[in-house]
Amino acid sequence: MTTTALTGHFETKQPTVQMPGRRFDWGRLLRYALLLFFLIVVLIPVYVLFVTSFKAVGDADPSRAWMLPQEWTLENWKVALLGSNSGAYGKIFPVLPALGRTLAMVVPAAIISSFLGSMNGFVLARWRFPYANVVFTLILFGMFIPYQAVMVPLYRIVIDLQQSWLHLQPGIQSLALLHIIYGIPITTLIFRNYYQSVPQELMEAARVDGAGMIRTYVSVVLPISVPSFVVVLIWQFTSAWNDFLFASFFGGNAETQAPVTVTLNAIAHGSMMTNYGVSMSAALLASLPTLVIYILLGKYFIGGLMSGSVKG
Amino acid sequence: MTRFKRYVPPILLISPSLILMGIFVYYLIFGSVQLSTTSIHTFPQFTGARPHENVGIGNYLDLLGSEDFRHSLKNLLLYTVLFIVGTMFFGFLWAWLLDRRSKAEGIFRSLYLFPMAVSSVAAGVVWRWLLNANQGQRASGLNRLFQTVGLGFLENGWTTSVDFGIAAIAMPAIWQMSGYVMALFLAGFRGIPNELREAARVDGAKEWQIYRHVLFPQLSPVALSALIILGHMSLKVFDLIVSVTDYRVYTTKAPAVDMANYMNGGDYATAAAIGIILLLVVLVLIVPYLIHTAREDRQ
Amino acid sequence: MRRTRILAALGAAALLVGTAACGTDDESTSGSDNTGDTTSATEVEVFTWWTAGSEALGLEQLQGVLTEKYPDVEFINGGITQGGGSGKDLLQTRLAAGQPPDTFQVHAGKEAQDYIDAGQVEDVTDLYEKFGLNGVFPQDLIDMLTQDGKIYTIPSNVHRANVLWAAIPVLEAAGLPTDNAYFASVDDFIAALEKIKTATPDIVPLSVGGTWCQVHLLETILIAELGAEGYNGLFDGSTDWNGANVTTALTKFAKLMSFTNIDRDSFDWEPPMQMLLDGKAAFNVMGDWVPALLDSNDLVAGTDYLYAPSPGTEGIYDFLADSFSRTVGAPHKAGAEAWLDVISSVEGQTAFNKVKGSIPARTDIDLSSFSEYQQSAADSFKSDAIVGSIQHGAAATIQQGNATNDAVSKFTTSSMDADALAALQAALAAAYAG
Repeated sequence: MTTTALTGHFETKQPTVQMPGRRFDWGRLLRYALLLFFLIVVLIPVYVLFVTSFKAVGDADPSRAWMLPQEWTLENWKVALLGSNSGAYGKIFPVLPALGRTLAMVVPAAIISSFLGSMNGFVLARWRFPYANVVFTLILFGMFIPYQAVMVPLYRIVIDLQQSWLHLQPGIQSLALLHIIYGIPITTLIFRNYYQSVPQELMEAARVDGAGMIRTYVSVVLPISVPSFVVVLIWQFTSAWNDFLFASFFGGNAETQAPVTVTLNAIAHGSMMTNYGVSMSAALLASLPTLVIYILLGKYFIGGLMSGSVKG
Repeated sequence: MTRFKRYVPPILLISPSLILMGIFVYYLIFGSVQLSTTSIHTFPQFTGARPHENVGIGNYLDLLGSEDFRHSLKNLLLYTVLFIVGTMFFGFLWAWLLDRRSKAEGIFRSLYLFPMAVSSVAAGVVWRWLLNANQGQRASGLNRLFQTVGLGFLENGWTTSVDFGIAAIAMPAIWQMSGYVMALFLAGFRGIPNELREAARVDGAKEWQIYRHVLFPQLSPVALSALIILGHMSLKVFDLIVSVTDYRVYTTKAPAVDMANYMNGGDYATAAAIGIILLLVVLVLIVPYLIHTAREDRQ
Repeated sequence: MRRTRILAALGAAALLVGTAACGTDDESTSGSDNTGDTTSATEVEVFTWWTAGSEALGLEQLQGVLTEKYPDVEFINGGITQGGGSGKDLLQTRLAAGQPPDTFQVHAGKEAQDYIDAGQVEDVTDLYEKFGLNGVFPQDLIDMLTQDGKIYTIPSNVHRANVLWAAIPVLEAAGLPTDNAYFASVDDFIAALEKIKTATPDIVPLSVGGTWCQVHLLETILIAELGAEGYNGLFDGSTDWNGANVTTALTKFAKLMSFTNIDRDSFDWEPPMQMLLDGKAAFNVMGDWVPALLDSNDLVAGTDYLYAPSPGTEGIYDFLADSFSRTVGAPHKAGAEAWLDVISSVEGQTAFNKVKGSIPARTDIDLSSFSEYQQSAADSFKSDAIVGSIQHGAAATIQQGNATNDAVSKFTTSSMDADALAALQAALAAAYAG
């Protein structure tokens, strides 16, 4: 078994020597059984979300969580996507435009804070200056700031920024800014730790060549940073996408400016009477873009790893 | 001189981040500390319509003396331990299972990560249903599932227990975050140069020895970042609690929920004090990490 | 303020890089920038938590009336839903940060107290004169809104909290009569619950939702046990929270809780009500926003379900109302006044309440086109003694309401024994003291 595991590693690196296992591999079977079991466990709540999103009013009830819909209906998805303006459940904001707004907020926020984190991480791990550790601590500590307790002064600062020459708009611009700023500690942390695990010799080689800091960063560090970028981007994309606290304070108008979590919350908690079927469809719709990102970035994950480890 | 020149670029590069942290973190923390030493417990006092005074550490003493806040702290501790242990366990296990270049790895990886894509608002709606406290005939949610698959003995009241209700909240949290920890470890595994493993194997090391002496040491920075990321999420646990139960449900209270509740009632001073207490807890937890980092530097 | 500006400028400088990249995703904010420095009288920013459902439809109706009556006032919706269904946290943050909306929604009554004390809402007694509201709101209601001779908010709609809902098929199955015989007192009601428990053990006798629903239930028991006068006395100090009659009420509340579903804490009000519709529960005490749910399930009053004043509260109307204020420092005073005129006008209250299912606060509105339930509720509103809801902000300030919720949750998640009951009573007494 040990040998199979060994060759298993070897094979992927040099596909040409690949040799199919000659005897039945119990370890492999067990591994897949486990993976499959955990997959089912992970997907249990998703199942409930999914089936409920196809249930009619009355059928969508906690006591019937596990049952398939009595009657499959696409109505909830239609309402969640396009909104509604009539019926017993009254007004329901559409999720579709909110998805667009959220994307416009999250993409620049994730990219910018990843680059800031990468530069900070590089400097703090590999191009150090006196008291670099103190600086790292100061940045890292920012991660723990209790947002609820500082909301009033934070609100004042953001309003000032909106009214200053920056003309920061309420809604996605203000939120993008906050996600960039409060993303700095965590992105810095991840990149710093990653760069610390990269052999020092790489940088030294560049230094011996006489390369300056920026050149070292661009030509040596960035190319090997892809795996960390993927992890950090996933993190920043997800946390900005799913943030509700900031969104509910700085999101601006709930119908025309705010990101999708605000829409979702309005659907799930906004009215005296909640339409559970529509809530679940909206919840799934709001999660889809992140899932797509995971699938898309998953490929680069592998690609990045190859380029990173081949030169090791 | 050359030394000085060498330090200028990195300091320049990092200074925008530092300025932002200065304003958006330290200025705000400073304000909170000030606020937490006042007697501003109502809106009129906050706006200055009614007087307030300086009470020093009075609010902190009141909080620590209050049975309800100690209940919240106990909940936070229990939640943190369960959340971190659970997430690290599943995250590592999944990464380890996937590291062997499985077929369909991409599908597993994406689906394991999927719960992270579900926002707490949405996760709350469905977990509220799953953690339904009914047992026996009326059971729904997970209790019903346990009955169906013959694990009826696992049925329990979930969030309704005063002592362990918060543990039920850790379940959706572990569900959400294990995939991310998996990604971190997976990146960690793959970031280890293959030559290292090969060299060890050539030396005749057993597989577990390779893990023990080659892979684990290489993974420790990853594990540390995972710990810190999970720790900071755990201390701030809020969204998930209020969407699975509610702001006021006693069994699942935690400091961040208390903070929001005090703010809602205009008690800005007590809310600020809770925020600072959380920061102090962080300081205590983060000191070992800093010592570790400093030691690493000396080497 | 000054200091933050300097800091903000510094921050802005540090952000040049970031915002340059951000500037490209300019969102269509078409003038609805709620922080605009313009002080034109031709707009009004209204802050509400009516962001979805029939409430949001009602808001659109009000907006329509505004456009008709005041064509030059532009309506700006500053509303948002935060956790728990209101946007109070954002509102309070905005008020505290000196960025108030022109007018905001607040539950009529004590909930406005903090805003009044903080000097954040203006006295609108003059507008009552101007709009001729003094004769058309019930005197009980006006008395309840008046503080030292001044009124600070104008109600737009009224709900009733003390309504008992019952599933007729479930009552029949348990062999109980379907008239109102056993609603006369809480004791009668408990006897009925006992019967259901014995006759049909699989049925939940009384379904209830999470903490706020439990407080809602508790307040109706307090009203029943103390009577209108005694209950009102709880809030002005003339009834002692530590008194024996309060102890009795709390004991009966504990008894009632023992008949409820144990999964109550994971629900808002709808799933417990759904239990009645599904024949899994017999009774539920909830406010009169319930008919919308019953209607959407095609159920008919009298054959499928019945409603009545909650046990022991016949002749008492436990009210909650939404109301609006004029904010101190509002950027658009004229706009705020136009809005207050609209929400208190016959047209506004008719259009809004028809959609929302509540009743107008005005008593001079022709209700012939309203639903049967609304008509009966409006009749009671005119003739009953009016008391204010604790849970819904009419009788309790925000802090008192919060403390009540905390104490009740601590009680109902415990074993509800004598010690816990004493602790509950002490906590309530402390919350309403002074």
